[in-house]
Amino acid sequence: MVRIKKESPDRPDNTAFTQQRLPAWQPILSAGIVIPGFVLIGLAFIGVGVGLFITSRDIQVLEIDYTGTDQTSDCNKCTNPNTKNCVCTLSFNIDTLFKGPVFFYYGLTNYFQNHRRYGVSRDYKQLYGDLANFKDPSTDCAPYRLDSRNNPIVPCGSVANSLFNDTFKLYQIVNGQRNVVPFDGKGIAWWTDYNVKFKNPDVTPLQNAFNGTVKPLFWTKAVYELDFSDPSNNGFINQDFLVWMRRAALPNFRKLYRRIAEENYTNGLPAGNYSLEISYNYPVLSFNGRKKVVFSNVSWMGGKNDFLGIAYLVIGSLCVVMSVVMLIVYAKFKFPEDD
Amino acid sequence: MTVLKDFQEQWFPLILPLHRKKTQSVGGRSKHRWTEEERKVKANDREYNEKFQYASNCIMTSKYNILTFLPVNLFEQFQEVANTYFLFLLILQLIPQISSLSWFTTIVPLALVLSITAVKDATDDYFRHKSDNQVNNRQSQVLIRGSLQNEKWMNVRVGDIIKLENNQFVAADVLLLSSSEPHGLCYIETAELDGETNMKVRQSVPVTAELGDPNNLATFNGEVVCEPPNNKLDRFCGSLYWRDRKYLLTNQNMLLRGCVLRNTEACYGLVIFAGPDTKLMQNSGRTKFKRTSIDRLMNTLVLWIFGFLVCMGVILAVGNAVWEKEVGSLFQSYLPWDPPVDNFLFSAFLSFWSYVIILNTVVPISLYVSVEVIRLGHSYFINWDRQMFCSQCNTAAEARTTTLNEELGQVEYIFSDKTGTLTQNIMSFNKCSINGQTYGERTDQMGTQPKRLDFSPFNPLADPQFCFYDDKLLESVKVGDVHTHEFFRLLSLCHTVMSEEKSEGHLVYKAQSPDEGALVTAARNFGFVFRSRTPGTITTSEMGRTVTYSLLAILDFNNIRKRMSVIVRNPEGRIRLYCKGADTVLLERLHPSNLELMTVTSDHLNEYGADGLRTLALAFRDLSEEEWEVWSESHRFAGKATDCREDRLAASYDLIEQDMMLLGATAIEDKLQEGVPETIALLSLTNIKIWVLTGDKQETAVNIGYSCKMLTDDMAEVFIISGHTVQSVRQELRSARDRMMELSRSRDGGKRGGMEGWAEACFMGNGFQQDQEGDVGGGKVFHSPPLPSPPSSFMDSISGEFGLVVNGHSLAHALEADMEAEFVSTACACKAIICCRVTPLQKAQVVELIKKHKKAVTLAIGDGANDVSMIKSAHIGVGISGQEGIQAVLASDYSFAQFRFLQRLLLVHGRWSYLRMCRFLCYFFYKNFAFTMVHFWFGFFCGFSAQTVYDQYFITLYNIVYTSLPVLAMGIFDQDVPDHRSLEYPKLYEPGQLNLLFNKKEFFICIAQGIYTSVVLFFVPYAVLSNATQSNGVPLADYQTFAISTATALVIVVSVQIALDTGFWTVINHMFVWGSLGFYFTIMFALHSQTLFRIFPNQFHFVVPKTHCCSRSCG
Repeated sequence: MVRIKKESPDRPDNTAFTQQRLPAWQPILSAGIVIPGFVLIGLAFIGVGVGLFITSRDIQVLEIDYTGTDQTSDCNKCTNPNTKNCVCTLSFNIDTLFKGPVFFYYGLTNYFQNHRRYGVSRDYKQLYGDLANFKDPSTDCAPYRLDSRNNPIVPCGSVANSLFNDTFKLYQIVNGQRNVVPFDGKGIAWWTDYNVKFKNPDVTPLQNAFNGTVKPLFWTKAVYELDFSDPSNNGFINQDFLVWMRRAALPNFRKLYRRIAEENYTNGLPAGNYSLEISYNYPVLSFNGRKKVVFSNVSWMGGKNDFLGIAYLVIGSLCVVMSVVMLIVYAKFKFPEDD
Repeated sequence: MTVLKDFQEQWFPLILPLHRKKTQSVGGRSKHRWTEEERKVKANDREYNEKFQYASNCIMTSKYNILTFLPVNLFEQFQEVANTYFLFLLILQLIPQISSLSWFTTIVPLALVLSITAVKDATDDYFRHKSDNQVNNRQSQVLIRGSLQNEKWMNVRVGDIIKLENNQFVAADVLLLSSSEPHGLCYIETAELDGETNMKVRQSVPVTAELGDPNNLATFNGEVVCEPPNNKLDRFCGSLYWRDRKYLLTNQNMLLRGCVLRNTEACYGLVIFAGPDTKLMQNSGRTKFKRTSIDRLMNTLVLWIFGFLVCMGVILAVGNAVWEKEVGSLFQSYLPWDPPVDNFLFSAFLSFWSYVIILNTVVPISLYVSVEVIRLGHSYFINWDRQMFCSQCNTAAEARTTTLNEELGQVEYIFSDKTGTLTQNIMSFNKCSINGQTYGERTDQMGTQPKRLDFSPFNPLADPQFCFYDDKLLESVKVGDVHTHEFFRLLSLCHTVMSEEKSEGHLVYKAQSPDEGALVTAARNFGFVFRSRTPGTITTSEMGRTVTYSLLAILDFNNIRKRMSVIVRNPEGRIRLYCKGADTVLLERLHPSNLELMTVTSDHLNEYGADGLRTLALAFRDLSEEEWEVWSESHRFAGKATDCREDRLAASYDLIEQDMMLLGATAIEDKLQEGVPETIALLSLTNIKIWVLTGDKQETAVNIGYSCKMLTDDMAEVFIISGHTVQSVRQELRSARDRMMELSRSRDGGKRGGMEGWAEACFMGNGFQQDQEGDVGGGKVFHSPPLPSPPSSFMDSISGEFGLVVNGHSLAHALEADMEAEFVSTACACKAIICCRVTPLQKAQVVELIKKHKKAVTLAIGDGANDVSMIKSAHIGVGISGQEGIQAVLASDYSFAQFRFLQRLLLVHGRWSYLRMCRFLCYFFYKNFAFTMVHFWFGFFCGFSAQTVYDQYFITLYNIVYTSLPVLAMGIFDQDVPDHRSLEYPKLYEPGQLNLLFNKKEFFICIAQGIYTSVVLFFVPYAVLSNATQSNGVPLADYQTFAISTATALVIVVSVQIALDTGFWTVINHMFVWGSLGFYFTIMFALHSQTLFRIFPNQFHFVVPKTHCCSRSCG
């Protein structure tokens, strides 16, 4: 018998959506899933943690403070702000081969590149080679926008103005001889900084673009004079400049200075005595900052990073411990099987 | 009649309010330049009337027009505190020294919120415009210079005479002048106005009734002086001056806007109030806005969060002061202070505001909008629910208020009306007692189906649907028993039913109450057929013989009198008063000679009551011509009184309704609705206390209580409070409580200690108070002071099930200030409470009492006008759209057709709504704290400079794009158990009642979790990245890497959290969760693309080549 019942038009639609009967997956976190889950996650984390930790332990790091606060340090003589063109030398020795490639960093502490006002004090358009902003830099750059005679500063702003200007030379002392350890300064900046964000204006010679502008107040030479020898490393796309312009997130930071991977040093720095010649220009003592140099090599996981391994280990162990606790609780209070 | 505060949606088409709106005065043009004290209207004299500048008949319920929309709407929106707050933030952000974030981080969400609300307001207003236009352009016939002309409604003026035709809406409040029907009568239906569907009669003043045709009316130049516009639907006071005479005008002469003319060919009326001045429009103020407890909690929490925000701001500002002094001032060689800053204190001051800006996301602007969206979704689910659709009456459930859904999951007290709510309100004449003889018993109890009486051979006018089973009564009618005949004659005369005789013998009765309809129908079937009425006559057909009575007076029914009478003169000229009413009032007005019959009838009445039937007693009185003259004079006098007319009339009625002769009693059955006992049983399993508040007599109420399983035989005891004095009520309450203690003591001895301690305390308290009051009370022999209400912990611990029945007159005492606490504590120890003989006002008082003393969520459910006050005062009002008009529905927050849907509304929709809302709020606060607090930690490492951790685009989009949809999907679709489970296990409702899922503690847990997450999110990347380098030696501790890592980790962590919180993964949830993550990565890559940077190098400076995605997230 076919019964045709006419549905009232007022009756709500019988769809899964309106009747809240949408098919749904209802995960239930039962003990059977959670406890093995925790064990698995825990074991995986422990595994990763062990791997990271061991790798990290094999990475060599050598850190040397050269601020010169220590009276015995050679750099102590440079701490007087009145000393110009001060050069000091630090000696150190390496016991075993410092495996290459070795990276050479400079580090600053108590230095607030992450300060909001510091961070905004730059002109992205100017650094992108926009000549309009050469003449009229962004107001963000104040007070390093115009000099006392109202000439526009290029590159403007606090970040550029405070460019780190210590330079280093490393010598290996072999039989009293000072052998220069060659530094490689190519490709130490971020790819995007070098290729996208920073650009020299399309003017040849580069110098002409800077007519009518002045160099930043703290600088001894203009930005187009940073590296005369290599036009691809000059101006705004100078690697050291780029490295500096990339703000550090934290007040204690290090920045890559050079790579050591050439000539005799492709395998690293052999054991021996070394001497680091520093041209000490950058004052940090006024705000209790410290300067240091760091030698480090890297592995697949990057530089030395004990924390990451430890963090994985701790989390992994916690997971395992939690799963044990849950197992005990479960065994004690579990619902009867026949339920 | 209860005056309504709001009206059918048709007149005020408001879409389900997405956003709460304060009282809006509709008809905004009602503001006069002066306050009108008296209205003077002269018929057919536009020049004269124009002097007063009365409102025209054009109504405007809309608030905006195209030009004013933007400014007015924005102005209104900025009256919301939240919106103003964000505007304030926006202004702060425009100050360069403070601005820690670009202005667009605030303006984008703000604009989004404002535009959503504006679109909604605009849509609402568009529909209002449409309906205004439609109403304003209705055609009406206006008498202009002696001829009828068609005019639009909006062009009708005060003082015009308009012609109304059958089934037309009345265009304005008009004074009825004349009608096509005799005596200037006309019939109207007021459903639009007060929801009552029965017809009402209006009559013109006799002098104008004679005017008749348009030619005469054109010369009519009477002047009406009356009260100014007001909202009282049932009152009108004024007088007509015409040809140097004064005629009194009452509501009886008025046709109000919104009524429909019925059964009247045409009538003429004089426009008195037009447009916004009409009573309909004057009544249109919206009711006060109900808020849920979660709303209130949310507001408190938001305030706390503001406090927290200020605290964090202060901490960071202090940090800033210290840092600037210790470090910043020295660091000035590289980073000099901005020009206006010259010392660290000023810098700290600015930093405070900067931090207020970046930390403002702890109070998310999207919170309120999201909450409204979720509630709207839940409301639609209620409207769409097929299982709450009544196919008999073709009505779906309706959430009329969208803001209360989650409170449906927290109800602890239900106050229910009985008639029409628990019962069907379809009355059937079941039994009667005539002159001491009861009829209607089903004689053959054992037999299968008793034979239904067939009236058709005996009476061709009988209603074939009428059922009666006792043929003794029919016999008695047939043999011509005087009492039986008089009994049915009374039923055919004493009522206010209107009849419609479409064709000969096919009668349709329109009754104000179903009881009346049932009684008149019974009389019809037993041979006393009510045929028609005019204002002065009632025509019946008695045993086939047409008789016309002249109707001398109708002594109308009201809730206080509880009776109605008619005085008629039969064709022989004898005057008789027929009265029917509640037995309590009627039996005390009988002639002393009736004593014997009264006892027998009372017994019958009690029997009927015990069967759950509704009873009425019937009596008559013969009046001599002199008595009638004397009384009618006094009645006329009372009717003319200008003040306290009601009271005077009642007193004059009282005068004549004395010394009556008892005829008998009727018993009407009102069948229980389908599924009521099951619903009540289920609801009481959830710990919801059910109170039935009914106007019925005690026996009826108790019986219904048993039949719907509220009271059961398993109950330890059912207490009855029926004292008439304060003392006896107190005494009864106290002994009930003593008895409860005793019973529960005998049940479990474990709690004895506590109870005895309490009893002792009471005793001492009593002694003390007795001493004190003894001096004052003086002569009283029995004097019991109020018992201190027992500690609630004790009363809660009373086990066992008790029932309590309270009588209306006792309730009046119990609700007095000094006894209410005692009453509440006694009543709340009981599982079921029935209050009988309750007035509408008392219903509301009981609800208020529980609201005040119990801090519990109350729900009132009812179907009639007498439930409106209760529905409005309860937290949630539910209207049953049943037989008794739509007043209750109009006042309600939710409406459906059958009581049994309540279980689904509460246990399924309410529970889900509560669960979803709580989960939503927990997660929402969590995600914003996790998001925002990272800035706080970062503050300690960036010199408290209000440097944000994240990119500003991330901050802008986090709340509105990356994390809004998954939580909305959870808030709308989540289910912990399927609907049938929550009906099977009513205990699942309990967490809502105890408010376990979202309260201050839960809030702090969420906040704590959020803060913990922010700690992990900040310090893990901090530790990992600070010395980390890529495998090509480039350090990773630059700001961009840090920002992106943290932001990515945050989005992943909160997505995992919502995934864990979501218990019900529908397609939509999947789409939103994965979609949001996908969106995040897409937008991130887009924002960080070289293209964008090349176009806006100043805005998008986080450029990442595709080969260099370097975020390492640790969660």
